[in-house]
Amino acid sequence: MEIIVALGIAVLTGSGVWLILRPRTFQVIVGLSLLSYGVNLFIFVMGWVRGGAAPFVSTGHAPDPASFADPLPQALVLTAIVIAFATTALLLVVLLAARGLTGTDHVDGREPDQ
Amino acid sequence: MSQLAQHLIILPILVPLLAGALLLVIDEPRHKLKASVSVAAVLLLLVAAGTLVARADAPVTHVYSLGAWAAPMGIVLVADRLAALMVLLTAVLGLAALVFALARWHRAGPQFHALFQFLLAGLSGAFLTGDLFNLFVFFELLLAASYGLALHGSGAPRVRASLHYIVINLAASLLFLVGVSLLYGMAGTLNMADLAVRLPRLAAEDRSLLEVGAATLAVAFLVKAGMWPLGFWLPATYTSSSAPAAALFCILSKVGIYALVRVWFVVFSEGPGAELIAYGGMATLVFGIVGMLGSQDLGRIASFSLVISSGTLLATIGVGGADVIAPALFYLVTSTLGTAALFLLVELIERSRAPGANLLAVTADAFNVDDDAEPQELVGVLIPATMAVLGLAFAFAALQIAGLPPLPGFLAKFSMMARVLDPPGVSAGAWVLLALVMLSGLAAVIALGRAGVRIFWADSGRTAPRVRLIEILPVAGLMAVCLVLTVFAGPAMDYLHEAGDALQPPANYIGEVLRSP
Repeated sequence: MEIIVALGIAVLTGSGVWLILRPRTFQVIVGLSLLSYGVNLFIFVMGWVRGGAAPFVSTGHAPDPASFADPLPQALVLTAIVIAFATTALLLVVLLAARGLTGTDHVDGREPDQ
Repeated sequence: MSQLAQHLIILPILVPLLAGALLLVIDEPRHKLKASVSVAAVLLLLVAAGTLVARADAPVTHVYSLGAWAAPMGIVLVADRLAALMVLLTAVLGLAALVFALARWHRAGPQFHALFQFLLAGLSGAFLTGDLFNLFVFFELLLAASYGLALHGSGAPRVRASLHYIVINLAASLLFLVGVSLLYGMAGTLNMADLAVRLPRLAAEDRSLLEVGAATLAVAFLVKAGMWPLGFWLPATYTSSSAPAAALFCILSKVGIYALVRVWFVVFSEGPGAELIAYGGMATLVFGIVGMLGSQDLGRIASFSLVISSGTLLATIGVGGADVIAPALFYLVTSTLGTAALFLLVELIERSRAPGANLLAVTADAFNVDDDAEPQELVGVLIPATMAVLGLAFAFAALQIAGLPPLPGFLAKFSMMARVLDPPGVSAGAWVLLALVMLSGLAAVIALGRAGVRIFWADSGRTAPRVRLIEILPVAGLMAVCLVLTVFAGPAMDYLHEAGDALQPPANYIGEVLRSP
C-alpha cells in the first residue's frame, strides 16, 4: 500500500516539476496543480496509512495512539486544497491577462527568438 | 477591562479582516467612504499594535487561545516583544502607504482598499501566530492579497512581473506544506512551543527526516526573504508594482526573515544550518551590491536595497547567532522604514520625467475609472519648492539606506558589527561579513548618489513634478520615525535586547504557551 501511494506522489510531483519548468503559461499552471495534488497526498500520508482505525477517542481513559486514525492531516489537507484552488483560479486570471496584454503565452511575455 | 485587554491580541487580525470584508461590499465609486473606512481601520490597527508593544514589554508572554482550547491541541496567538514589534512596524508602514495611496493610487484599479486590508490582516496574523500551520494560512492570506496589490494599476510590465511572482510563491508555498507535514509526521504537533519540547526527545533515526522537513521549511521562508539564489523575482516585482504597494511590500520580505528567526530559534534552538544561512546571506549581499551598481532606474535601485537588507540580516544572523538578534532587529526596523520611504519617493521623483502621468491613462480605460481622475490630480494642496523638498527627502533616504552617521541605519549597522566582531568569537566569516556590509553601504552611496546627481543637479529638461502635501507627508512621517529611533535608540535597543533574550533560550515562551488556559 505504501509503495503505491509513494509512487503516486512521486509521479504527480515529478510531472508537476517538469511542467512548471516549461516555457508556456498553461503548462506552468497545470504543473502547479499537479504539484499541489502531490503535496496534498503527501500531507495526507504523513498521518500514516492505516486501515480499520476510527478518528475518535473514547473519553475516560488515555487514548492509545496506535488504535485510532489521526484526523488532523485531513483537516490540513482540506485547508491546503481550498487555498490551492483559490490561488490557482487567481493565477488563471493573471495568465489570461498576460496573454491579452503581451500577445503571447510565453512565461516571459515575449517569444525567445524576438 | 482586563477581560477586554485579553482580546487585544486578536484585534490586529480582526480589524483589517473585517474592514476588508466591509470594503468589498462598498461600491467602487464611493471613494471617500472606502478611504475613510480604510484609514479608520489602519488607525485602529496602529493603536492596537502600540498597546500590544506596551503590554508585551513585560516578563510574561501574552498568549491567546483561540476558541479557549488549551495550547497543544488548540491554536494560539502569541504576542511576545518580537511579534508585537513587527505588528507595530506593519501598522506604521500600512498607514504611510495608505495615506500616500489616497492621493491617487487607490483609484487606479478595483478593490485597492480591500486588498490592502487583507494584506495587513495576513501580516499581523503571520507575526502573531504560535502555530506552524496557521503561519501557512496567514502566509497564503498575505500572499493572495499581495498578488492583487502587485497587479494594482495593471499594465503589461506589472502583469508580466506578477506572473513570475505568483508562480514562484505558489511553488514556495507547496514546499512550506511539505516541510510542515514532515514536521507533523515526525513530531505529531504543529504548535511551535510543543514542537520545541518534543523535538529533543525524538528518536535518532527520525532526526534525518525531521531535518529534511526543517530544511524544506527554511527554503520556503528564504524564497519569501529573497535570499540568493531564490530571490530573483524580487527586484522585478517590486520595481514594477505601484508605489504604495511596493512600500508595504518592504515588510513582506521581512516576514520570511521573521518566520526563519522564529522557527529557527524557538523550535530548533539554533539547530544546524547556521553556515548555510550565513553564506546565503553573503551571496545575497553580493547579488544586491552588483545589482544596485548596475541599475540606472531608481525603482530598481530601491528594490536592490531591499535585497541588500535581506542579505545583511541573513548573513548577520547566520554568523552571529542569538547574540546579534537585538541589533539585527533594529536594522530590520530602520531599513524597512528607509526603503519604504525611498519607494514612495521614487514615484514622486519619476513623475517629473513624464509629466503626463502615463500610469493612470492605461488603467482608467481598463477599469472604467471616472474620466476626471486626471484633472483631480491638480486639486489639493501642492507643496512649494518641490524639487528642493524631494531632494532633501531623497538625501535623507539615501543616508538611511547607506547607513551613514546621523541616522539609525548607521547605529544599526554599527551595533550589529560590534556584536559580530566581539572578540571571543571572531571568525573569518565575521570579517567577510564586515567587508560586505561596508561595501554594500558604499554601493548604496554610489548608486543613489549617481541617481541623485542625475535627477536633481543635472539639467535634463525635467519639469518639477506636482507633488501634493498628502503625498509627501507619509514620506516625512517615515523619516520622522527614523529620527525618533535615532534619538531614543537607547530605550529601543533595551526593548530589542529583551526581545532577543526571550527568543533564545525560549524557555519562557514555551512555558507560557503550554501553560495557557
